[in-house]
Amino acid sequence: MSDADADRLFQAFADATRRDIVRRVTVAEYSVSGLAALYAMSFAAVQKHVAVLERASLVTKEKRGREQIVRGNHEGLQKARRLLDEYEAIWRQRVGRIADILAEG
Amino acid sequence: MSVISSTKNLEALSFTLVAEFDAAVELVWQVWEDPRQLERWWGPPSWPATFERFDFEPGGKADYYMTGPEGEKAGGWWRFTAIQAPSRLEFDDGFADEGGDPVDSMGITHATVTLEDTGGRTRMTIQSTFESEEQMEQMVQMGMEEGMREAAGQIDAILADHARA
Repeated sequence: MSDADADRLFQAFADATRRDIVRRVTVAEYSVSGLAALYAMSFAAVQKHVAVLERASLVTKEKRGREQIVRGNHEGLQKARRLLDEYEAIWRQRVGRIADILAEG
Repeated sequence: MSVISSTKNLEALSFTLVAEFDAAVELVWQVWEDPRQLERWWGPPSWPATFERFDFEPGGKADYYMTGPEGEKAGGWWRFTAIQAPSRLEFDDGFADEGGDPVDSMGITHATVTLEDTGGRTRMTIQSTFESEEQMEQMVQMGMEEGMREAAGQIDAILADHARA
């Protein structure tokens, strides 16, 4: 990953609405207007957020009729494997915290 | 090292983790049975959990929410399906909306916790079974979002340092 790529990625994540969009479109596809209905901001503002995410390769956008459909960009990922790896990381952290509590006596 | 092993079964959408603690079984049981202790480890430091209801008995329910760094809340619930103190606990784990009501569409994870005495130490086995890949994804997103936020927070701190320099 180049510095420019990293900048784009961090810029993409540095906003609560964009993080929320990523979280949603990873689970299901949304149209840009469908996303716009979820936030107290204009269609154009949501479209800009989606464009930032697209440049960071976090989502893909595709025209379907008059709608623009936004999806999480999973290409090349072994999704289930990755998810289980991450779920494991969450539990490893929990086990670490339990050990800390028990160590207090 | 507390974690001994972890096993993932992609076909069955299940996950098993075995950990060992240098403490008696009764003390490890306490971290599950006492909601005030549970609050100290269930959520990450940046997303602490608060249990508002904790009916620790078979068929009993627990309601909790996790609070993010910007004050946002993510809700969840448990339903205890089996309790055999101090060695076995089973519960269903699901998501809740802002009002604390269950969100069934996201699915339920079934968790089984077993504790065994290994000569003064305790072996804890956690098994989680998911209903669907989508649900597993949602589960992880809740945990991952915190990581993204922390990364974003670090960038904010770096930018603030530059602004002062």
